[in-house]
Amino acid sequence: MITMLPELVGAAMLGALVLYVLLGGADFGGGVWDLLATGPRRRAQRALIEDVIGPVWEVNHIWLILIVVLLFTGFPGAFAVVTTALHVPLTLMLVGVVLRGAAFAFRQYDDRRDEVQRRWGRIFAMASIVTPIFLGVALGAITAGGIRVDATTHIVTTGFFRPWLGLFPFMCGLFALLLFAFLAAVYLTNETEDPALRDDFRRRALAAGLLLGVVAAGAWATATAGARDFGERLFHSSWSLPLQLLTGAAALAALATLVQRRFRLARAAAIAQAVLIVLGWGLAQQPYLIAPDVTLRVAAAPSATLSAVLLTLVGGSLLLLPALIWLLRTFRVRRRPG
Amino acid sequence: MNELLIARGQMALSLAFHIVFAAIGVAMPVLMVVADVMHRRTRDPEWLAINKAWAKGTAVLFAVGAVSGTVLSFELGLLFPGFMRHAGAIIGMPFSLEGFAFFLEAIFLGLYLYGRDKLPARLHLAAGVGVAVAGLASLAFVMLVNAWMNAPVGYHLIDPATGQLGAVDPLAGMASPFALHEILHMAAAAYMATGLGAAAIHATVLLRRGASTGANASFHRKALGVALAMAIPATLAQPLLGHIAGGQVARLQPMKLAAMEGLFHTQKHAPMSVGGIVDHEARKTRYAVEIPGLLSFIAFDDFDATVQGLEDFPEADWPSPVVHYAHQIMVGIGTACAGLAAWVVLAYLRNKRRLPTNPWLLRALVLAGPLGFIAIEAGWTVTEVGRQPWVIYGVLRTAAAATPMPGLIVPFVTFTLLYCGLAAAVVAILLRQVRKT
Repeated sequence: MITMLPELVGAAMLGALVLYVLLGGADFGGGVWDLLATGPRRRAQRALIEDVIGPVWEVNHIWLILIVVLLFTGFPGAFAVVTTALHVPLTLMLVGVVLRGAAFAFRQYDDRRDEVQRRWGRIFAMASIVTPIFLGVALGAITAGGIRVDATTHIVTTGFFRPWLGLFPFMCGLFALLLFAFLAAVYLTNETEDPALRDDFRRRALAAGLLLGVVAAGAWATATAGARDFGERLFHSSWSLPLQLLTGAAALAALATLVQRRFRLARAAAIAQAVLIVLGWGLAQQPYLIAPDVTLRVAAAPSATLSAVLLTLVGGSLLLLPALIWLLRTFRVRRRPG
Repeated sequence: MNELLIARGQMALSLAFHIVFAAIGVAMPVLMVVADVMHRRTRDPEWLAINKAWAKGTAVLFAVGAVSGTVLSFELGLLFPGFMRHAGAIIGMPFSLEGFAFFLEAIFLGLYLYGRDKLPARLHLAAGVGVAVAGLASLAFVMLVNAWMNAPVGYHLIDPATGQLGAVDPLAGMASPFALHEILHMAAAAYMATGLGAAAIHATVLLRRGASTGANASFHRKALGVALAMAIPATLAQPLLGHIAGGQVARLQPMKLAAMEGLFHTQKHAPMSVGGIVDHEARKTRYAVEIPGLLSFIAFDDFDATVQGLEDFPEADWPSPVVHYAHQIMVGIGTACAGLAAWVVLAYLRNKRRLPTNPWLLRALVLAGPLGFIAIEAGWTVTEVGRQPWVIYGVLRTAAAATPMPGLIVPFVTFTLLYCGLAAAVVAILLRQVRKT
């Protein structure tokens, strides 16, 4: 057990990332659809998004903080490397985080006058696009192997732009954005009983789902040598075949059930697809935290810290999960037509 | 400008911005819950209106606190990766606990704000209490981190050159000798500043519209009463808590104490310098009013105790004179507000236990509105600038922890503009809210 401590903390981080994608990611996706709201039901689309996100976005956002805290507690050296090499995209992501959260809260509580609402709404929506892109860029850069670290001094040797200024990281950014938008649209088909509104989001979900496949192929085509090592692990490990088959099946099932208007099934399939994608990413990252110089093991904090953090996670979850379930159950809203 | 100063500047800016919203996020839920309880007891719709107004305020201000706090968690590494490399394994512990407390706070706040019509009244109130309790817990855990930076424990130093820590015990790291007084001093500051700030808003309206006959006067009198009831005990406790804090600083950070007091020469029966201009070159604090022996007493509870002056420490390490000025501001405000609090209590007793609304008292409360927050900023300046040149006191120098990233002026300017814009928006939104009542 003790020897597995770094992997356990890594798994906890991956679990938090899965939840951040499923919950926080969908909130970003909501912002995307707010920006792209069109047609006669433009207002209704925005109102539904606001209703669904309102009670939960603060909570959904905290998964990101949990990931960061676990990273700097469990793997302090890796945190120092990531924040140094990816200073620029992380800062841009943070600007997006600040603007999105603040603008969303301001829109809800400020004047209901149209121009005020539009101003905050636009900032909220723009920030909802910027943030996932740079989150994806950061994750892509960690994967792509462009961040090199001197083995003795632990200093980043590849500068502040080279590791992430490339096609592949930005393809990952686009992929994150589309995944979030896809999840949001699928969820939103389940949050309303108005058939027309539902159909608006059904069409959006289908479009985003198909585009997601295209961008995944694009990421593969732009993969650098380092990213190809990652691809090697993603496609040629012992777990690869079942995982790829399951992911593909979930993706096809999500699209098929959307076509058939079986929305609850579509939501389950989309969630499964997103979970499998993040899980696959995490497994293929192994044994690295930052490929190819920083492994989970090398960067790990002393085991006293790792075990204390794991205990905190278990104890904290005992308090957190009931509260979280209470929150999510309370706000399972259903909007009647009209 | 030098990159280290810019990195420190951005951290200072982010903290100075965040702390206002963090303090309000801890204290405002208390106001909100008290108004809720009053409404349940009296069924007076005015209490419900007050509760809703404060809940709205909490929602907006908490959101800004949450996102600016997120920025800080990243900035620890973006600006001081060397610090996180060495300290992450220890301070990660209180930060993890804080993460959970913050999680619960957000969950309860979501339930409270949006669950008014969806939850039974009792559970709704319980969620509100949860926000207040989790907020206070968050504050305590964050203070544990800062306490550790000022008085680190729970490790054995291996390499003094790089500050690499060894034999880390993260639980022992949470028991810094600075922990208790930092938590109490900051919690009281949050309740004091938020209470005085809210009181000033309602006192302003009462002054403008008339305290007994003005529009919604009874609404604003009630709100003023609750705000003061929260602020006054905290304000009266603050001088004592500050004294305890000062004693700990004297014991464990004598150089910081000397900088706070502008004391250059080590001496028995050391005087307290009120005001004055610190002159490092001349090694004295000019134009100060000196009260003989008082510093010795404040620091060590003995008028004849020896207090170390700055001359006992290498001059290159002396903290900036700003520490002395900030300390004077904090203590001055604390004393003035304690006086004001005593005035309110006396006036309340003389007014047959009813809220006094004489115009001079209201005017004084309006003036005191921003003071609590200014004192918080000043107090943090004392703690953090006074901790320099170390990021971990006595262990790791700030300069050794800063990021090698060039061009830090760009993010610094970006965040400055961003935070100025947000501050302006928050003020505009709150003003619009108050005008509506």
